[in-house]
Amino acid sequence: MAKLTIVEAVRDALYVEMGRDEKIIVLGEDVGVDGGVFRATDGLQKKYGDRRVIDTPLAESGIVGTSIGMAIQGLKPVCEIQFDGFTYPAFDQLFSHAARIRNRTRGKITCPLVLRFPYGGGIRALEHHNESPESYFVHTAGLKVVIPSNPYDTKGLLIAAIRDPDPVIFMEPKRIYRAIRDEVPEGAYTVEIGKANVLREGTDLTLISWGAMVREAQKAADAAAAQGVRAEVIDVRTLNPCDWDTILSSVQKTGRAIIVHEAPHTLGFGAEIAARIQEKLLLYLKAPVIRVTGYDTPFPYFKLEDAYLPNPERIGRAIEQVMKF
Amino acid sequence: MQKIVGKFSVKYVQIVDEKGNVDKKLEPKLSPQQLRDLYKWMVLERTFDNTALSLQREGRIGTYAQSLGEEAVHVGATFATRDSDWIFTDYREHASYLMRGVPVNNLLMHWGGSEDGMALPEKSNIMPVCIPVGTQTLHGVGAALAMKIKNQKTATLTFVGDASTSTGDFNEGLNFAGAFVTPSVIVIRNNHWAISVPRTCHDATWGGCQTRAETLAQKAIGYGFEGIQVDGNDVLAVYTVVKQAMDRARDGKGPTLIECITYRLGPHTTADDPTRYQDPKILKAWLEKEPLKRFQSYLKKKKLWDEKYEAAVQAECKRIVDQGVAEAEKHKPKPTDMFDYVYKSLTPNLKEQRDEWQS
Repeated sequence: MAKLTIVEAVRDALYVEMGRDEKIIVLGEDVGVDGGVFRATDGLQKKYGDRRVIDTPLAESGIVGTSIGMAIQGLKPVCEIQFDGFTYPAFDQLFSHAARIRNRTRGKITCPLVLRFPYGGGIRALEHHNESPESYFVHTAGLKVVIPSNPYDTKGLLIAAIRDPDPVIFMEPKRIYRAIRDEVPEGAYTVEIGKANVLREGTDLTLISWGAMVREAQKAADAAAAQGVRAEVIDVRTLNPCDWDTILSSVQKTGRAIIVHEAPHTLGFGAEIAARIQEKLLLYLKAPVIRVTGYDTPFPYFKLEDAYLPNPERIGRAIEQVMKF
Repeated sequence: MQKIVGKFSVKYVQIVDEKGNVDKKLEPKLSPQQLRDLYKWMVLERTFDNTALSLQREGRIGTYAQSLGEEAVHVGATFATRDSDWIFTDYREHASYLMRGVPVNNLLMHWGGSEDGMALPEKSNIMPVCIPVGTQTLHGVGAALAMKIKNQKTATLTFVGDASTSTGDFNEGLNFAGAFVTPSVIVIRNNHWAISVPRTCHDATWGGCQTRAETLAQKAIGYGFEGIQVDGNDVLAVYTVVKQAMDRARDGKGPTLIECITYRLGPHTTADDPTRYQDPKILKAWLEKEPLKRFQSYLKKKKLWDEKYEAAVQAECKRIVDQGVAEAEKHKPKPTDMFDYVYKSLTPNLKEQRDEWQS
């Protein structure tokens, strides 16, 4: 088994799957000769040729719109948008078409494609390179939304996304692209879309998170443990479909829930989780459900990004709050 | 130093003029049966259109987009495809669906407010109605790119309106088509109107129009391939130019943009009132040039049309449309279908909502 980073796991998943299925086409800006600005597609064009690993013009709606055309013709496009903030020009194609073609034709024509992009802040990048737009995608019926937090899940979830019969938005936490190195099995394996992962068991409260924020939640759980507070940590992994059973049974057990995400507070996916918890578990709750999130501001330029992003200290204060309630 | 680094021109094609006279050099070699088929499809589209309009007025279907006056574009272009080619429309190309074997019933279910109408028959190789105009350009080009990657000897035909040429997706589509030399033909149905905004600018210093470009066909030149303008009320010209372009596309010679000049003789949709913005004199002038009458005079000169033939065609088209109306009016969509086709299998959320709906 090789030790891989998240970005290497992305590349490995593409490499392995493209070898298995010649219908898979990788396309996007700079994905070919250059191997992607983060090197997520490095070496793929050399191996599979420029008819399957395609450098496109700079046009995000064009990348997604042509991917839709390819998907309805039986190919499996895995398209890359270079950064989170550049997915916005492609929203119309995703929301009006990719998400709806199956429903619009009552299942006669389907649009199985994968859209991958690096997301989130914390890398001292320019404006438009730090966004966490997952809520838009979760709010759109017909899309699946997957966000891994470690190399093993990245490879398994990306392969599952490629094999999925529906369009999948695959968001890669670029802040931790190279921060973790894990054992990743060679060859193909899948991690099921729709299953959360309990990373750490605890009885006092449940920390619920995804993507790069999972590490922050784990650090906060470590600090709490030193104070004798046992936090359960859940990596949601797939926001749609969401594994409510795992989340709700944990909160039923602990009676306290904190949701951590870097997307803005209002109508972030944490709001949906909090609403679900109160609908299903009101009488089990020992404290209000708390959200530790980005603020309702544009993502700040990088001198202020540390002030914006949730961190173990902020999560620690929320833990104190729910324990003292 | 300065020099001219590019010089471009745009060809215009008309084969049958407004009086039914034919340009013998350009006349396509179609059999009497094929010529009559072209005519029949145009009559069928008009019969469908008139019926759908009445149904809307009586509240039996929803808002409807008429094809009145634009039949030669839909029929001529679709007739130029092979069944294995794929067609991408916006929402006015009723004839394209009918010609691809989609029953009248399906079209009326669609306009009558049910997704079931766009559950199109297998192998009809036409995409469902696409309302966000211009977006389908990318689907047509992407599908053509897939055909090229798979080494298929097929091509795509995409219809857009004149206003779609202002959208980003139309221009991105043309750029992809030019860059990848895709087997795609894009037909602009220039009917002169985008609801109330005219195609042409009438003020030398201000907008209030779609584009100041002299032709829409020339937009292809900016993306490195040919754009041709065609008399869109001349079904033989549309057929001939689209046929050549489709053959070229299948032969690996790349995309073509074809601007068909026609006129929207009806409103944008049944929700629109063109008397608010349209000069009735211009409408009257275009009525004289409408495509069915013109093709009739051509067929008459060939002794392929007389009053008796007309009555037979009208009766056949009426029978087909009436049967479709009867079937469509029996249709009742199944409420749980709104949950069942969002994904291949129900997500936990949808399962819960579906159960709640049923309880």
